[in-house]
Amino acid sequence: MLRFIVALFLLVTPLSAEEIVLGLSRDEVAITATFNGSDVMIFGAVKRDAPVPDGGPLEVIITLSGPLEPVLVRRKERVLGIWANTDAVEVDEAPSFYAVATSGPMRDVLTSVEDLRYGISIPRVIRSVGAPSEVENAETFTDALIRIRAASGLYQVLDSQVDMEEETLFRGQITLPAALTEGNYSARIYLTRDGMVVDEYETDIAVFKAGLERWLFEMSRNQPFWYGIMSLAIAISAGWLASAVFRIFQR
Amino acid sequence: MQIYLPIAEVSVNAFLLLGLGGLVGILSGMFGVGGGFLMTPLLFFIGIPPPVAVATEAVQIVASSFSGVLAHLRRKSVDLKMGTVLLIGGLIGAAVGVVLFNYLKSLGQVDLLVKLCYVVFLGIIGGLMFVESLRAIRRSKVVGAPPVRRKHGLVHALPLKVKFRVSGLYISVIPPLVVGLLVGILAAIMGVGGGFIMVPAMIYLLGMPTKVVIGTSLFQIIFVTAFTTMLHATTNYTVDIVLAVLLLVGGVVGAQIGTRIGVKMKAEQLRILLAIMVLLVCGKLALDLLLVPSELYSLGAGGGH
Repeated sequence: MLRFIVALFLLVTPLSAEEIVLGLSRDEVAITATFNGSDVMIFGAVKRDAPVPDGGPLEVIITLSGPLEPVLVRRKERVLGIWANTDAVEVDEAPSFYAVATSGPMRDVLTSVEDLRYGISIPRVIRSVGAPSEVENAETFTDALIRIRAASGLYQVLDSQVDMEEETLFRGQITLPAALTEGNYSARIYLTRDGMVVDEYETDIAVFKAGLERWLFEMSRNQPFWYGIMSLAIAISAGWLASAVFRIFQR
Repeated sequence: MQIYLPIAEVSVNAFLLLGLGGLVGILSGMFGVGGGFLMTPLLFFIGIPPPVAVATEAVQIVASSFSGVLAHLRRKSVDLKMGTVLLIGGLIGAAVGVVLFNYLKSLGQVDLLVKLCYVVFLGIIGGLMFVESLRAIRRSKVVGAPPVRRKHGLVHALPLKVKFRVSGLYISVIPPLVVGLLVGILAAIMGVGGGFIMVPAMIYLLGMPTKVVIGTSLFQIIFVTAFTTMLHATTNYTVDIVLAVLLLVGGVVGAQIGTRIGVKMKAEQLRILLAIMVLLVCGKLALDLLLVPSELYSLGAGGGH
């Protein structure tokens, strides 16, 4: 056990003398019937054993990612005067939600090499390898995926929206939209200096359905037959009730 | 008031859903159509995922049809015998339709096929009804009384004749069975109750009186859509009961109002209104297929091959 802890310690030993100490406003999000989006506040401090090193200012990047899932992107084309889906590209992994917030302009905060290495910006998170060779411009499909999800608030780029004070305290807020899928959302925090990652920290935020939502969802999966019967029973009784009520009104 | 739908996994305005349900319910009660052909595209439009919209719509159709059929039963404007014959055909058709649907899905392009189906059938039926009812209205204006006599065609030459007292018909059971079957297939493919095809088919192919047609169509639709609901709930898990409840509360109230409006109107007027509505939906869908879409790309669930 002790050896394990030591090994763990060695693993998490910071890349440099600057380390993240993190706080979260919430580490779980419960989706109830009246759920209408939620704000997650991510804040923390930088712990140092030595004076602030030389170089550019310390910057922070916060990302929040929903579960990764494959997505099929289809493109419409005019066939015999009708717009029909023709080409399709399967994107192997795309987060259902992704927000990236930075303390300064993205190009100053992170070099593209480091972005590639850590997979931080939206295009770097999406993994697409299986584009069929007969499809031209496969990257336009990934662009379309980002465009569509950004339009519905599922992909957010929050440039310069993390507050950084005295190179020590930082604070950022990410708004989760109402149309949220369940799963473990991972929050990652990077400290960078001169575009290079100095330290990183990762934690999970659980997003799950609760209460009635949970119960109905479970039932629809575990007892689909009775769920269907229940739906029909509700439908029939509602129909009967409305008819009965209206008959009373007519008299 | 926003409400989160557990199966659709989207948050929508509850009053918007109540309103949509009410509107479609009124039409359903007036014309004896389930309203699925209107509601399903509307649900797509407000951002409900298509599989959930199609499956959940079936539940709402059951509710509003049941509400409507009770009103018709009291008025004795339901031909239960004819309804049962149509239903037998319809259930067989729905089962065949689901198999056909899954086969087409494996070939791809099922979305396009469904839309083309809509455009073609809505266009033909709407056009025919519109022309016919215009003619009927003109005739009743000129002569004073409509001397419409049903022609004795093929429908009367077939064997297995049965008396349908409520409809005032003495015809073979084969045509209603075939009509039920074909409508069932189409209903399963298009994800609707099929009332908008069934009603004109009963009027023009079987020669049933319009007043009986609506109640009978509703009676038949209840069972066909209940069957599809169960299929969706047990195979795709796409029935969203919260969405269904919101839609059907509006729907059942609307259906009661609609039935009362329908009774006060003349048959020709009713038919011409239905025809116009069908043509409008058809036009909208046709435009969607023909005009350049604002977003050429669309997202779907991956991983299934």
